[in-house]
Amino acid sequence: MSPLLEVRDLRVTFPDRATGGVHPVDGVSFELARGETLALVGESGCGKSLSALALLRLVPPPGRIASGSAVVLDGTDVLALDDKSLRKVRGRRIAMIFQDPMTSLNPVFTVGDQITEVVHAHFKVPKQEARDRALKLLNEVGIPDAASRLDAYPHQLSGGMRQRVMIAIALAGEPELLIADEPTTALDVTVQAQILELLDQLRATHGMSMLLITHDLGIVAGRADRVAVMYAGQIVEQASTAALFAKPSHPYTQGLFASVPRLTGPVGHLMPIPGTVPPPSAWPSGCRFRTRCPIVHARSAEMPPMLQVGPEHSMRCWLAEDQQ
Amino acid sequence: MTAPAANGGPLLDVRDLVKHYRSGGLFQRSTPPVRAVDGISLDVAQGETLALVGESGCGKSSAGRSILRLQEPTSGSVMFEGRDVLALGREELRALRRKMQIIFQDPYSSLNPRLTVGDAVAEGIQIHKLADRAGTARRVAALLEEVGLDASYAGRYPHEFSGGQRQRIGIARALAVEPSFIVCDEPVSALDVSVQAQVLNLLRELQQRRGLSYLFIAHDLAVVRQLAHRIAVMYLGRIVETGATEELLANPRHPYTQALLSAVPEPDPTRQRERIVLSGDLPSPSAPPPGCHFHTRCFHQLRDGRCSTETPLLRPVGATRAACHYAEHSSVAQVTAPAIPNQ
Repeated sequence: MSPLLEVRDLRVTFPDRATGGVHPVDGVSFELARGETLALVGESGCGKSLSALALLRLVPPPGRIASGSAVVLDGTDVLALDDKSLRKVRGRRIAMIFQDPMTSLNPVFTVGDQITEVVHAHFKVPKQEARDRALKLLNEVGIPDAASRLDAYPHQLSGGMRQRVMIAIALAGEPELLIADEPTTALDVTVQAQILELLDQLRATHGMSMLLITHDLGIVAGRADRVAVMYAGQIVEQASTAALFAKPSHPYTQGLFASVPRLTGPVGHLMPIPGTVPPPSAWPSGCRFRTRCPIVHARSAEMPPMLQVGPEHSMRCWLAEDQQ
Repeated sequence: MTAPAANGGPLLDVRDLVKHYRSGGLFQRSTPPVRAVDGISLDVAQGETLALVGESGCGKSSAGRSILRLQEPTSGSVMFEGRDVLALGREELRALRRKMQIIFQDPYSSLNPRLTVGDAVAEGIQIHKLADRAGTARRVAALLEEVGLDASYAGRYPHEFSGGQRQRIGIARALAVEPSFIVCDEPVSALDVSVQAQVLNLLRELQQRRGLSYLFIAHDLAVVRQLAHRIAVMYLGRIVETGATEELLANPRHPYTQALLSAVPEPDPTRQRERIVLSGDLPSPSAPPPGCHFHTRCFHQLRDGRCSTETPLLRPVGATRAACHYAEHSSVAQVTAPAIPNQ
């Protein structure tokens, strides 16, 4: 079966006086099957959020998607659509939720208004039916006393409840793909657990695919089918969750794993990656990670392609060649 | 260097600390106060790290600030090196601040953007007249190097640095006056995971080298475990469980600790623990539930009327001290596996 979403060589360009142009997202390719959850993992500045925005053509100006990029949703090239057709994709076929629900919700409209707005935008239904759908959605995302919450304003809700409302709004268009950009980063851990549980359930019941963007490998472990690790605008390792966690192979992925504090195992053995992620204007030529990599490779001045490490497991590192 | 605490007791000894915030204005005089810190007791020995753990709104930051008198506590006692901090006058308090420092979650908002890094670090040295001009410059250079920064950065401004570097500057600034005790208020929460590990390692090295005591305020138990000797878990202004780090994590007795622990995402798909997903949100601290504050969200199988009427006291249960009437009993029925494996 063909994948629901196919992203090929996605590149986002921003003008830069010194270099003439930088690519914070630089040749990202991945596929997403129906019903599948793919996690896009990386630290701040790696380009994961910008990649997600690019899928919906929401790259903030002066950034733009470079020619040669392709985002194919079920046979349709999203990047080639006119505005009218694009509106039928945004919110309807691909929906997105963000880290901070307070800034994505409109403070002057009630929760009910904001859900019914989406229903009306995509479906020709009478007012009462839209409201019924909104109520059903609020119930579905686990908002207690949903009927009275329809008339509540965002500020009257807690952070966890606001994120549930955001999810209800995203579901209102009955999307095939839900992009969740750090959906729980602003929430407390016990609330985070609730929201992740909810997203998982909804993905299953609605048969949606999910692109889960996160910096937290712990979240990935229990939730995603596959993982793509990003560094400096590129995917540097991609594998099934089980394979990646069993055998993280790229030195950057290994560094991330060695940095994560854990509840078990020895204490005091955090092995951080030296330095910090350089800005796009200072990315080295060749392998992007070579300035921080513990391994010096003869070919690191050349950009490695994605190389096979195992079945359904590849990485952008020359070491993969040596291992074969 | 650091004088040992008088009478050999703990460096810091806090008893029944209360911090209430009056809320509401002219027309809302009857609004009950927000009970941010509702009577907590804790102590920290020299060279020790006590972690104060909880979710937002539990009162952990208010507790840290009240201990330093950055906010005046409502009542209670704070003894530091045998002296009653709450009884000190302005000048004495200023002198004592040399010994008690704080580092914040967001070092950018706590650094003056118009001061160079060198000036920011030197400020405390000058206020407390710890060195002359040349001596100050030497100390600033040594401090920057001690926290892993280049001494030549002294002439630069905060905006030129990444989050991790700014946190190092914040640490250098706190160390400049040679404190014996530092409140670390979520010092790594805003940092990326690789940088977070760098800063945690730095804090540990500094503690070993300088014999520092930390009150480490955080929400992430996996982070806390890297540094803390003991942990105190807070919920709605009260400490609900406290104990030695490994014991508390291996065998938590309070249902809230159990839930908090099970919510920590474990980066290992082969050892996903049974998740306890708490229902509902944190109740308002201005109207906390009566009895045990946690009873409205508690999942303990024995939860009953006593929980909603009688406040449980912290008492020894197994290897920790827990404030739960039924801490001796398993919180979940035996048919399901224990929520947290005992290792």
